[in-house]
Amino acid sequence: MSTPVQMMPPQPSKKPVAPVQKEDAMLLQKEMINRNYHDLAIAHDQGRKICATFVPGNLNELVMCFDFARSLPETNALQSGLRKKSGKFIMDAERDGHSEDVCTYVKTDLGMMLGGDIGPTGEPLPKPDLLLLSYTGCFTFMKWFELIRQKYGCEATMLHVPYQGDGRVSKNMRDYVVKQLKETVIPALERVSGVKFDIDRLREYMKESVKAEEDLVHVLQSAKHRPSPIDGYFGAVYYIGPIFTAFRGTPEATQFYGVLRGEIDERVREGKGPITPEGELTEEKYRLVVEGPPNWTSFRDFWKMFYDEGAVVVASTYAKVGGTYDLGFRHDPEHPLESLADYCLGCYTNLNFSQRIDMICKYIDEYQADGLLINSIKSCNSFSAGQLLILREVEKRTGKPAAFIESDLVDPRYFSAANIKNRLESYFQMIKAKRVAQSAPSATPMTTH
Amino acid sequence: MSQTVQQIMAQCQALFEDLRFNTVKEWKAAAPGRKAIGYMPVYVPREIVHAAGMLPVGILGGGDQLEVIQGDAYYQSYICRIPRSTIELGLTGRLDCLDGMLFPSICDVIRNLSGMWQIMFKDKYVKYFDVPQNFEDGIGGEFYVHEMQLLREDLGKLAGKPVTDDALRASIAVYNENRRAIRELYAYRAAKPWQAPTSEVYLVLRAGMVLPPEAHTALVRDYIAITDAVERPKRDNARIALTGGFCEQPPLGLIKSIEMAGCYIVDDDFMLVLRWLLDEVPTQGDPLENLSKAFLHRSATTASKYELRKEEKGQFLMQSAKKAGAEGVIFAAPSFCDPALLERPMLQAVLARHKVPYTAFKYAENTGQMAPIREQAGTFADSIKLWSAE
Repeated sequence: MSTPVQMMPPQPSKKPVAPVQKEDAMLLQKEMINRNYHDLAIAHDQGRKICATFVPGNLNELVMCFDFARSLPETNALQSGLRKKSGKFIMDAERDGHSEDVCTYVKTDLGMMLGGDIGPTGEPLPKPDLLLLSYTGCFTFMKWFELIRQKYGCEATMLHVPYQGDGRVSKNMRDYVVKQLKETVIPALERVSGVKFDIDRLREYMKESVKAEEDLVHVLQSAKHRPSPIDGYFGAVYYIGPIFTAFRGTPEATQFYGVLRGEIDERVREGKGPITPEGELTEEKYRLVVEGPPNWTSFRDFWKMFYDEGAVVVASTYAKVGGTYDLGFRHDPEHPLESLADYCLGCYTNLNFSQRIDMICKYIDEYQADGLLINSIKSCNSFSAGQLLILREVEKRTGKPAAFIESDLVDPRYFSAANIKNRLESYFQMIKAKRVAQSAPSATPMTTH
Repeated sequence: MSQTVQQIMAQCQALFEDLRFNTVKEWKAAAPGRKAIGYMPVYVPREIVHAAGMLPVGILGGGDQLEVIQGDAYYQSYICRIPRSTIELGLTGRLDCLDGMLFPSICDVIRNLSGMWQIMFKDKYVKYFDVPQNFEDGIGGEFYVHEMQLLREDLGKLAGKPVTDDALRASIAVYNENRRAIRELYAYRAAKPWQAPTSEVYLVLRAGMVLPPEAHTALVRDYIAITDAVERPKRDNARIALTGGFCEQPPLGLIKSIEMAGCYIVDDDFMLVLRWLLDEVPTQGDPLENLSKAFLHRSATTASKYELRKEEKGQFLMQSAKKAGAEGVIFAAPSFCDPALLERPMLQAVLARHKVPYTAFKYAENTGQMAPIREQAGTFADSIKLWSAE
């Protein structure tokens, strides 16, 4: 699977580069993420237990009820990717017997462990006390935590979230998840933490979650404006960082999303485009919907290929891996466990194909996008298997052009900048040609005299 | 008598090679209104399909005899081969004889294939069949009974009549008998692998993907009896367990190559659906409850199933290999198979701890070059022989 979070400054290069430009909220987000790494580094010294869990199906409010420090291995892996550390980790894991065919997030994590558990910020990343295996929309999660469990010997608890194969959440599915929470997950959290579960505490966290969720949706949907004040893919990885990881339900997250919302509203009022690492995008030429996670090892180069051409991503499916809030879901403090179940069941990669296609078509329509771009990720079968059918169906249903590129999450060997740039340029040409064709008078006049 | 073994093998080989599923068509044509339901690995409760009066048909991809043309257009190069050849089977009309398809919970690729199938074959019944990863009766069991009940109701509608408890109990009995025969076959092969080479056993198992269970049970027992009647030469081969081929199948040539390299394959994880449930399922009481309890508490272990406790990892393979008298393990997994390849290092660590030798390679269902595999398997067999002589 995949995940969001903070973007790093540009990698050091021989020639001087202009300082990266960021919104205030982006800087705040970076502080939050770094603070969480520090909290993890000192957790055991302070007598706190650490719980590791995944972004999709992240039960952050619940985990906080037991005073755990929270570690998210996908985030750790992508942070290592952003810092150009993942290549070595992956090769170390492969030398240790892991197949070159499997998920590079997993291998980055295992490689990091082999290297002595130093986290992306350079501080130690202690071994977790509990692996909360929230199995949502990614089979690899299960194997990942089995591998970590075998290595560390720590306790694991499984929350099996059924897949929406029929495109809906049935009562049976919801009941199953709630029952696991009550009878398996919460007892494990209590046992490992030594803290008794307090459902009112959970409700309080959820009240905070709702505020942040409202603001996040407002921000993501601001891309419906022309020009879009945000980039809903590259920029959105900043925006989703806190809420998808260790901060959902905290006052810090509420504050972050309040600040972010204010900044974006101001950009809308001023008719400004999104902030890119090289400043504001002043001319919006193409509006795209993107399906699939980004590449992290060449994140900034990848983004540059878009903003150099005036392309803005107005909506992305990746920004929904940790919750489909824009489809209406909100945590419900009145029904906390049922709400956690609905949250897990509704994560993007737990949706079936028809739902995913509907969502993309809806985005293309509502965000007035020029087309769909799929960034197909080698590591992530949950996203990638079947994307070529998604492409065909979306083209068929919307009449908008779609394009397909391939890369990987954190394996630098699978990012071919020249190939991707060529494809993107061809795609932008295709969009342009389509616009010209649509705006020109009919090539075949209805009547001729 | 060996001629008769040859006859059985010829029948099984014909079934194996028949990618137009003529046997299924013939079965359907034999009585009006008959229906057939396809299913993919690893496990579905075929008893429910059978109780609905339908033929469960195992779909294991296209093998090495199918040229995949259209299927490749749906998948990137880094996705395994079974979904693309299965789509090829579908798009070329070879699966038209199926009235529905079940896609069990095994991995993200097969899971997503269920959604693709819903879109591409809109006139067919398509079901993603989830199984629990929680093994408590009151939690995972309750969920699973509901899921089976839904399947039962769906198939009842498709059949035009409800699937009764009595029909389910009768089908459980039929499959109990089939599983018993399969256990006998595995025990026989483990005892006398020279009499039942896996290249033959495999074809006998494959026949169970398309034959009605009653006919398959008879075939399995015939094979055991007939092959046992004529002594074959016993070789000084290494006894190995083969693991990793629980979904996409290796080409038959790969199995033969391992055997030709000096290995007796005495255990494997092919077509686990045939022996997923390890014991007799009670034929009294609530049939869905019984199937659920069997699944939760007495079923096989494979990479797609969550291992509740760390200590249990690898124990199923260890015990299974030990029971079959295997001296080593060959990990043969399909390329890009997440479950098998992610599981492999964990199993290897357990084997290493118990000083069980192993080797590993990957294949695709259309792998053509067998020389490297033969060489690797041969070296492995030699090393086992050398070690065991010490």
